[in-house]
Amino acid sequence: MCEDCGCGDSELVPVDVHEHLLADNDARAAHLREHFVEANVLAINLMGSPGSGKTAVLEQTARALAGKRRLGAVSGDLATDRDARRLERAGIAARAITTGSACHLDARMVHDALHHMAWRDVDTFFIENVGNLVCPAIYDLGQAANVVALSITEGEDKPLKYPVMFRRADLVLLTKIDLLPHLDVDLGAIRDGLARVMPEPRIIAVSGRTGAGIDEWIAWLDARRQATRTSPHRAELVE
Amino acid sequence: MHEYSIVAALVDRVQREVEARPGAVPRVLHVRIGELAGVELPLLRTAFETFRARTVCEAAELAIESVPAAWRCAACGRALATGEILRCCGKPARLAAGDDIMLEQIELEVRDV
Repeated sequence: MCEDCGCGDSELVPVDVHEHLLADNDARAAHLREHFVEANVLAINLMGSPGSGKTAVLEQTARALAGKRRLGAVSGDLATDRDARRLERAGIAARAITTGSACHLDARMVHDALHHMAWRDVDTFFIENVGNLVCPAIYDLGQAANVVALSITEGEDKPLKYPVMFRRADLVLLTKIDLLPHLDVDLGAIRDGLARVMPEPRIIAVSGRTGAGIDEWIAWLDARRQATRTSPHRAELVE
Repeated sequence: MHEYSIVAALVDRVQREVEARPGAVPRVLHVRIGELAGVELPLLRTAFETFRARTVCEAAELAIESVPAAWRCAACGRALATGEILRCCGKPARLAAGDDIMLEQIELEVRDV
């Protein structure tokens, strides 16, 4: 400090920011959402634990919709493109997003992947997130809906343990339902748990192995597409 | 693990503010984190400690305001208890607070001229 005039003194100046820390991701996601809506593509962010049956449900969905719907997908994994290859074999136009060490997909990764795909040609685009019940929940990817796959082998208390993920779910797919006769799982307890973390719990029990419940899931997707088509947001963009 | 990417976003945002005020040094970063934001506070602190070295935030303290989740009835406004079924008056409850991941304020040290 200068003793003559005080120059060199410093002061603390508060600068108000009041901004979402993931604002950059939000902006990219909004950009993606505009693309999806304008191209009339229903984008679904499919999340769930590793091994919850996300890929198996999509394979079964593709079989049921063969020749009726055009499906696309990106599949996020820390390593390997195995899931994307499985989806391709099932008839889904798929691309792997290998995240390295990242535990979730973000809007930039999805955007970059779309540049290498004919995604405008599909009716429904699945974003199969990295298997993880925590991190993917907080990143907007421009999706029309969040779907969480919860296998009945994971334990009845998962909804209460992972409220952040389930709160954001528009639908919970209760997977591996064909295993019910072999387990001591109480579906009522799972439903009760979901009602305590999801304000509007919507649950469909499915099996990627037998195809049980897949029709109901496809009907849900169709209703969702209808809702997206008639949303004011789309009207605004089309104008 | 995504706490590292949140800290990276925080440092970028602070960097932009400092670029607009050459010579300013960030001293305190006020962030607000909701209970249902999916951010683990100890992990966020660790990530910040690890990340801030050799960045514009090197001399900054992270001040975290933790906000509990608050569910309310969309019709009668009643506050729901933790763990309660999220329905009241025949309607889905709404989250009134607790999902923020916000940078509220940066305290910048600036030199008087």
